[in-house]
Amino acid sequence: MSNKFSEGVVAESKRDYIKKLALKGTRIDGRNFDEVRPLKITMGFVTRAEGSALVELGDTRVLVGVKIEPGQPFPDTPNMGIMTTNAELVPLASPTFEPGPPGEEAVELARVVDRGIRESHAIDLEKLVIEEGEKVWVVFIDIHILDYNGNLFDACGIGAIAALNNAIVPASRYNLGDDFKLPVLHYPVPVTFAKIGEWIVADPNLDEESIASARLTVTTNEEGMINAMQKGLRGTFTYDEVKKVINRSLNIGQQIRKNILGDTDDEKN
Amino acid sequence: MGMKTDMRLIDDNGLRIDGRLPNQLRPIKMQVGVLKRADGSAYIEWGGNKIITAVYGPHEAYPKHMQDPNRAVVRARYNMASFSVDERKRPGPDRRSVELSKVISEALTSVIFGDKFPRTSIEVYIEVLQADAGTRVAGITAASLALADAGIPMRDIIVGCAAGKVDGVVVLDLNKEEDNYGEADVPMAILPRTGEIALLQMDGNMTYEELTAAMDMITEAAKKIHQMQVDTLKSKYRGDEDVE
Repeated sequence: MSNKFSEGVVAESKRDYIKKLALKGTRIDGRNFDEVRPLKITMGFVTRAEGSALVELGDTRVLVGVKIEPGQPFPDTPNMGIMTTNAELVPLASPTFEPGPPGEEAVELARVVDRGIRESHAIDLEKLVIEEGEKVWVVFIDIHILDYNGNLFDACGIGAIAALNNAIVPASRYNLGDDFKLPVLHYPVPVTFAKIGEWIVADPNLDEESIASARLTVTTNEEGMINAMQKGLRGTFTYDEVKKVINRSLNIGQQIRKNILGDTDDEKN
Repeated sequence: MGMKTDMRLIDDNGLRIDGRLPNQLRPIKMQVGVLKRADGSAYIEWGGNKIITAVYGPHEAYPKHMQDPNRAVVRARYNMASFSVDERKRPGPDRRSVELSKVISEALTSVIFGDKFPRTSIEVYIEVLQADAGTRVAGITAASLALADAGIPMRDIIVGCAAGKVDGVVVLDLNKEEDNYGEADVPMAILPRTGEIALLQMDGNMTYEELTAAMDMITEAAKKIHQMQVDTLKSKYRGDEDVE
């Protein structure tokens, strides 16, 4: 299975170097195994969007825009709004990304982000009904990758919940009353781990990702609930490794969440 | 997952709507060598699921840029028949099947000795003829039988199984109603010999304790399912009937 995320060729020497560092408990960029790269979230980067967030996770940069429009509800959920998530791996972000319709990497990325938001009931979809069975608000979460330097899952998941959290439902534009803040109930945060040899590191950078044998993303919310998981790549995890990864993701997710919510408060002030 | 219902999914005696105990599997039936043209094939009935799988290869990978100079490329394609579900599914790949094909391909790659066949591809086709929740794990269970039937060298025969949570109770092997109205679903695929995890997904709302209880249930059930796989393969060469 070719993996476009990690096709960047890492010289054999770099592979050895990363493993040698792991033996000493450190990583190629000096982090410890549970340390996430510096995270910077710029809220409201695109003012035309109903909500947006530019996320910089180390050198990885993604832009998430939220658009909200009236639309028809699904027949089986007449009293709920709709959310949909899409990701584009645009060729500007990496020499390994190609133009064209979303490939399997983009589809998986969007679906994992979507699952975290949807399963945690982050958006209060019941508050997004305009006319039951006829008209509801449709929330489009669109993810644009700008610079791919590893771990898109976390950058995009963080960007999605941050963008939703500052989104405004544009009711007045459609003569449907006053604009209101998109009701957000929960704050799911994905944390991704890469297995390199016998070591498992959080928030892998591009070098680490390209030599990882297996990957595991765990999305947890502010109540310590687990909402989504996705294992990837052709290696395996032991059961014990999975248990440890889940616990680590709960802790790391909590730290990242403070960052997401902290930034929002700044925005309000 | 997560749709609302007034239906009670667990009754006062702790039984499920189909009468099963929380840790009880649905009936499973397997068969190998069911297709003439394929290099390997297997059919599985698991609850209401009916899934047929085929393996072609290894043969020269095409297009050429797909080739890996070091190993075989394993390409699984999970596909649902339009009539396999209540409301007709538009034929062809959708986003869900693209994702499932990817994770199933990766999981199967983890057991195949692909370095024996550089520059080749091994195609694995999973056709869901009738769906009743748990199609990806039933599909991967049958796909690994088809790989064995095709004589592809593997370090283990993968077993897929799911568990989840309904009405607050952790249960094994969700059926359609439990999948629709339940609170969580954990599909998983294991290498039974070592217990390694080759596929793991989860969606819903679970505590750490519930999640590990679900994974424990799957690990236990996988032993049973694996035994059926072994019996099925043996029976082909004895000329027995299907294994139930």
